[in-house]
Amino acid sequence: MPSLQSLRRKIAAFKNTQKITKAMKMVAAAKLKRSQDRILAARPYAHKMRGVLSNLSQRVNRTSHPLLQKREGKKIEILVVTSDRGLCGGFNGNIVRKSSEFVRQCEAQGLSVNLSLIGRKGRDYFRRRSWPIRQEWTGIFDKLTFEHAIDIGGDLTENFVKGTFDELYVVYNEFKSAIQQRVIVEKLFPIDAAAEFGAAPTATEQSAVGGSYLYEPDEGELLNVLVPKHFQIQAYRILLESAAAEHGARMAAMDGATRNAGQLIKKVTLYYNKTRQAAITKELMDIVGGAEALK
Amino acid sequence: MAGKILLEVVTPEKMLLSQEVDEVIAPGSEGEFGVLPGHCHLLSSLRIGELRYKAQDAWRYMSILWGYAEVTPSKVTVMAEIAEKAEDIDVGRAQQAVEKAEQRLQAGGLPSEVKEAQISLEKARLRKRIADRAKKSGHA
Repeated sequence: MPSLQSLRRKIAAFKNTQKITKAMKMVAAAKLKRSQDRILAARPYAHKMRGVLSNLSQRVNRTSHPLLQKREGKKIEILVVTSDRGLCGGFNGNIVRKSSEFVRQCEAQGLSVNLSLIGRKGRDYFRRRSWPIRQEWTGIFDKLTFEHAIDIGGDLTENFVKGTFDELYVVYNEFKSAIQQRVIVEKLFPIDAAAEFGAAPTATEQSAVGGSYLYEPDEGELLNVLVPKHFQIQAYRILLESAAAEHGARMAAMDGATRNAGQLIKKVTLYYNKTRQAAITKELMDIVGGAEALK
Repeated sequence: MAGKILLEVVTPEKMLLSQEVDEVIAPGSEGEFGVLPGHCHLLSSLRIGELRYKAQDAWRYMSILWGYAEVTPSKVTVMAEIAEKAEDIDVGRAQQAVEKAEQRLQAGGLPSEVKEAQISLEKARLRKRIADRAKKSGHA
C-alpha cells in the first residue's frame, strides 16, 4: 500500500499537469479563433481562383504557358503539411500515416517520389525514413504571413517549370470545425479541370467553352500574372487551413487531457481518503484495545 | 433567373458581395466594360477604378484596386486585391488621404517614390469620389 505522503504528492502532480493542459487549451482556443477567422475569410477568394483556373485550363492551349503543361506523371512530389509543435492529438500522426501510405502507393506503381515538408513534426519523422526530401520549411506557423505563401508558391512553380516533378500532391489537414479536421490529399500540379470544387460549368457554359473567349489584356500576358498568383493563393489557403486545424486539434486534445487529469485526481483522492480513514480506524482500534487491556 | 446576372466580389480578406444584379460596369485594364445578362465569356484584369452595378433600379458603387474579373453569360466573378463598398468608405479619411498623397507628390523624390505617390493619390481620389457619389444618391 502506498504511503499517504506519496499519494498526496501524486495528487499534487496531477493537479499541476491539469493546470498546464488547461492553460494550453485556453491558448489554443484563443489562437483558434484568430486562425479560424483568417481561413474562413480567405476561402472564398481561393476557391473562386481555383474555379477560374480550372475553367481556364480546359480552354486554353496547355502548351501556351509553362505552368499549365501536362506532362506524363513520372516524377511525383508530395508536399506534407504538419505542425511545428506537438501535443495536438492525432493531428500529425494522421498526416504522416496518410502520406506514407500514399508514397508507398506511388512507389508500387513504379513512380519516383520526392517529399517536400512543411512543419517540424513531419520533418522529424521523414528524416528517419529513407525517402528523399527535396525541400523543407519549418517554424513558419508561429507568424504566418502571405510572404511565406509567396516563398513556397514560388519554389513550387519554379521547380515544376524546371521539371523537378511532373505532379504535385499536397497532404494537409483541412479545418472542418473547431473539433474536426479532415486529412486531404489534393493535386496542385498540374491544374486539372476538376468539377468537384463547385465551379462546375453548367451545360450552357460548357457549350460556350469551345467558342470564343475574350481576354483583356491578351491571353499570354494575363496567364503570366494569373497562374503564379493562383499557386501563391492556394499555398496560402493550405497553410491557413493547417494552422486553424492545428489549433482546433490542440484545443480538443488538451480538453481531453484536462478531463482525464480531473478523473485521475478524483480517483486518487478517493483512494487517499479511504487509506487515511483506514489508518485512523486502525489507530483507534489500537487505543481502544490498549484501554481494554488495562481494565 | 432570366435577365439577371450573379455578381460576386471577393477579396483575399473576405467575400464582399454575392447578389443578383441587372447590369455591371467594371474597370478593365484596357478600359471600362459593361456587362449585361448574356454577355460572352471574358477574362480581364482590372485596374484601379470603380465598379458599378444596378440592382432594383439603383446604381451602387464600389472601389476596386486591381484584380481580375471572369464573365460568363450568367455570372460575373470579381477577384479584387482590395475592394470597398461605397457605403463603407469613410469620407473624412478619404479626404485626408487625398491631401497626404498630394503633399507627397509635391515633395517629389526618387522616380519610384513619385510613382508610388501617384498611385496612392489615384487610389485616394477614387475612394473619395465614390464615397461622395454614394452620399449624393442617398444610401451612405
